[in-house]
Amino acid sequence: MTSEQANPIAQVLREHPQDLLEQWIQVQMDAPWVRLDLIGEAEIRAQSAELIELLGAACQSGNVSDIQADEWGRVRDFLRELSRSRATLGFSPTETAQFVLSFKMPLINMLRQASPSLDMQVWQTMWQASVLVDDLALYLLDVYMTSREQVIKRQQMELMELSTPVVQVWEGILVLPIIGTLDTARTQVVMENLLQAIVETASDIAIIDITGVPMVDTSVAQHLIKTVTAARLMGARCIVSGIRPQIAQTMVNLGVTFADITTRASLADALAYAFAQLNMRVTRNESS
Amino acid sequence: MKVLSHETLPLRQPEDVVLVRNKVRNWMQEEGYRLIAQTRLATAVSELARNALDYGGGGVARLEKVQNGSREGIRVVIEDRGPGIADVEQAMRDGYTTGSGMGLGLGGARRLVDEFEIWSQPGQGTRVTIVQWR
Ligand SMILES: Nc1ncnc2c1ncn2[C@@H]1O[C@H](COP(=O)(O)OP(=O)(O)OP(=O)(O)O)[C@@H](O)[C@H]1O
Ligand SMILES: [Mg+2]
Repeated sequence: MTSEQANPIAQVLREHPQDLLEQWIQVQMDAPWVRLDLIGEAEIRAQSAELIELLGAACQSGNVSDIQADEWGRVRDFLRELSRSRATLGFSPTETAQFVLSFKMPLINMLRQASPSLDMQVWQTMWQASVLVDDLALYLLDVYMTSREQVIKRQQMELMELSTPVVQVWEGILVLPIIGTLDTARTQVVMENLLQAIVETASDIAIIDITGVPMVDTSVAQHLIKTVTAARLMGARCIVSGIRPQIAQTMVNLGVTFADITTRASLADALAYAFAQLNMRVTRNESS
Repeated sequence: MKVLSHETLPLRQPEDVVLVRNKVRNWMQEEGYRLIAQTRLATAVSELARNALDYGGGGVARLEKVQNGSREGIRVVIEDRGPGIADVEQAMRDGYTTGSGMGLGLGGARRLVDEFEIWSQPGQGTRVTIVQWR
């Protein structure tokens, strides 16, 4: 690569930024993967224009092959930020990659116009080969991400099992501390663990402690009620404990009630209640 | 009303509902809002985000730090391009549900926040804007 003689890519970027931009926008707007539901045309245009400008500046250095070099720092920064923002907006990895890949068409088109002697047939074949390889790479990226997501899902499941222990604190008394949020999947796990523990330990009382639940919305409330109902069907009495003041207040506003479910402010209160129910008493030693 | 800063988050899967309401909570914690205000807004956001997901086929949540004169607040706009709601008044009524919920989400959210505004158009989607002042 010689930097004295202007590289054709650098030249095209310097001389035709506007043409490149218009063509690129056209390609993006017509593409099946465009996500106008997540991002507006104005923003796509602004981002495209910025990248063309940054590319032009980077290529002026004469280095058009090593994007890890210092001259490409601003391009890398821009892409990093773009990737981050698109990910939060809900773009898939391949949709994000398409943004850059779709610049190939206008860029190569421009280069072709700059060298009219090029054989059309050869050019078309090369273009086809290039698109084919891109598509393969995108497909690979897609399946790779899917399998990664599956791994994460599985880990989440495992974590969920770990984080929903059922503890027998006394003969006949189970405690189920719930920490975090109670969604449908988690409720399923909680319920299974609880029902199984009720059978295995022949417990009469199950205390569901929600001190570690940051908020109770209608969905969490419904899941709690479902869990209590299932435990009752197994013959156990349920107590819900650890409803913090701010949660009690929001529940009142929502209009959610635990109607006929016994509730206690703290786990200690619930335990005392459970002992009383089982005709047991905790007393202090009189020795001291 | 002046928007001091904002952030848009997608609502595509149940985990997103948790992410959005946690973000609301974190913002309010950082800004020193009272715990009760945090819990109220986060709970309302949770209800509306889940509606957007369950009935609207997913959408986006826009979180804003806003200022009105000397008053500061958090505004959240939850929007979807789903089927919309034909009779908003009916949907707001406690106990009304077309799903398997308790039918308390919309009415409850309105009672939890300082300002509540709903826009919905059959075939176009639903947008709910809520504000909690400091
Ligand atoms: N974003 C939306 N798009 C379309 N329909 C909606 C939307 N949000 C609410 N609805 C309709 O309004 C009804 C009432 O909503 P609301 O949140 O009050 O109760 P719910 O979701 O059915 O139950 P809950 O919130 O108590 O679990 C819903 O059942 C649904 O028919
Ligand atoms: Mg709801």
